[in-house]
Amino acid sequence: MMTATMTPLERTLTALGQKEPDRVPFFLLTTMHGAKELNLSIREYYSKGENVIKGQVALQKKYDSDCYYPFFYASAETEAWGGDVIYINDGPPNAGRPIISEHQEIESIEVPEVASCRNLEKITECIRGLSRESAGKIPVIGVVMAPFSVPVMQMGFEAYLDLMYFEPALFETLMKKNQQFCVEWANTQLEAGAHAICYFDPISSPSCVPPELYRKTGYRIAKGTIAQIKGPTATHLASGRTLAIIDDLATTGTAIVGASALEDIGTVKAACNRRLSVLGNLNGIAMRRWTPADADAAVRDLIRKAAPGGGFILSDNHGEIPWQVPDGVLLAVSRAVKKYGNYPLDVR
Amino acid sequence: MKDTCSAGTPFRCLETLVVPALEEVGRRWERGEVALSQIYMSGRICEEIVDTMLPPGDPRRVNQPPMAIVVLEDHHTLGKRIVLSALRAGGYEVTDYGSGLTVDQLVERTVRGKISILLISTLMLPAALRAREAIARIKKELPGIKVIVGGAPFNFDPQLWKEVGADAMGRTASDALEIVGTFTAGAR
Repeated sequence: MMTATMTPLERTLTALGQKEPDRVPFFLLTTMHGAKELNLSIREYYSKGENVIKGQVALQKKYDSDCYYPFFYASAETEAWGGDVIYINDGPPNAGRPIISEHQEIESIEVPEVASCRNLEKITECIRGLSRESAGKIPVIGVVMAPFSVPVMQMGFEAYLDLMYFEPALFETLMKKNQQFCVEWANTQLEAGAHAICYFDPISSPSCVPPELYRKTGYRIAKGTIAQIKGPTATHLASGRTLAIIDDLATTGTAIVGASALEDIGTVKAACNRRLSVLGNLNGIAMRRWTPADADAAVRDLIRKAAPGGGFILSDNHGEIPWQVPDGVLLAVSRAVKKYGNYPLDVR
Repeated sequence: MKDTCSAGTPFRCLETLVVPALEEVGRRWERGEVALSQIYMSGRICEEIVDTMLPPGDPRRVNQPPMAIVVLEDHHTLGKRIVLSALRAGGYEVTDYGSGLTVDQLVERTVRGKISILLISTLMLPAALRAREAIARIKKELPGIKVIVGGAPFNFDPQLWKEVGADAMGRTASDALEIVGTFTAGAR
């Protein structure tokens, strides 16, 4: 029996309710690609919120994605803390040198007020615009960096690991400050019209810290942070492995986990066991050299393994499609979702 | 362990204790059983052990081709730090070019340093792709150089290292140690 066509929001909410919608929801997480659509440089594109509104609207139409993704770039947050952003012509803007050069500076660093950060205002403006465009039909997904993960950009990975292992009091001070910022920034995006917040927390992944350390740190911080975010959240470990901490993630209050391409999506879905929905896990890096036939096969495989029963959103494994992936491959992914993803499924 | 790791037998200690330990950590990383934080700490511990027996600048270290390591274009330095620790723990002398170098800067420093083995670490895909230009220009000036690449883009796309013209790719720090060992065979 055919299911009546749903809006992207209905489709997504049905899948998150562990039921089968009309077809598999498809979140194509394109970001800087909007600059190509508007024929702007990446730097120009991100100079105004209205550019990203136009870009996201164009991308959603082009690929028939089931969400708007007003994520600019990860280093927008460290920019709010006073850091530099390095623009390149063919990739996401990157964080410059760390803003914390000595651990002791953590005591004196001031938490920025979201309302006074001009660069964040551009993102908020973009969310307001996309919320209007959505008219309640297309989910708008805001983004925050987890308090536990943002220090990699604030101070560098090595210095952060040293802090985590050897300076517990300063670590707690930084987490408290980061949590204050993260909660305010997430709630500002929700107030502007985001339907949900993607909580990027790659350092919590067993790829970055062992599960026993995660349980004492990233887990506790995620649980405390997510409890204060006034809307649904999806936890994304940005290509990092998830399996060893799925049971923990399921009790942080999050609704979705982003799966790594390093793990079998069927195994991740089984481990979630309807407590969490699964987002993923096309390999964005390998996608650059895919043919349309490769895209077709990869989508078919994911749907076969993870889509039965709902609880699955098809996406990439990192939360951002690389600039270098050809449009033809993304179109082939989109076509394949519609070819294989209609419920009831007929994919073996 | 005491017999193996006395100050008079540093290379015996490296070969029987330190290098096998790093290799085991590398194997567990490949299987998803250890985390980056543990690899970082194990590398630092090994580096400290070896530094006490074979301090940087020790003449027994320097009888090898000139080697350098760099993060191309950005400031994500953890991978470089882990590989550098493993190589130093393996008794190698390696010049650290730091992070955030552009292609022009890397070519200039590598050629000026007459480097024989260059290790390039990247986190972001655009930087990994930029390694292609750097490697081509460096090999034009230094045809005998060996270039080893590593980092997330190479792990997620196993064909990428060949595309950028590298001589080898390391998935782990112990891979880097093994590859450097092959390239320097007989040098010490």
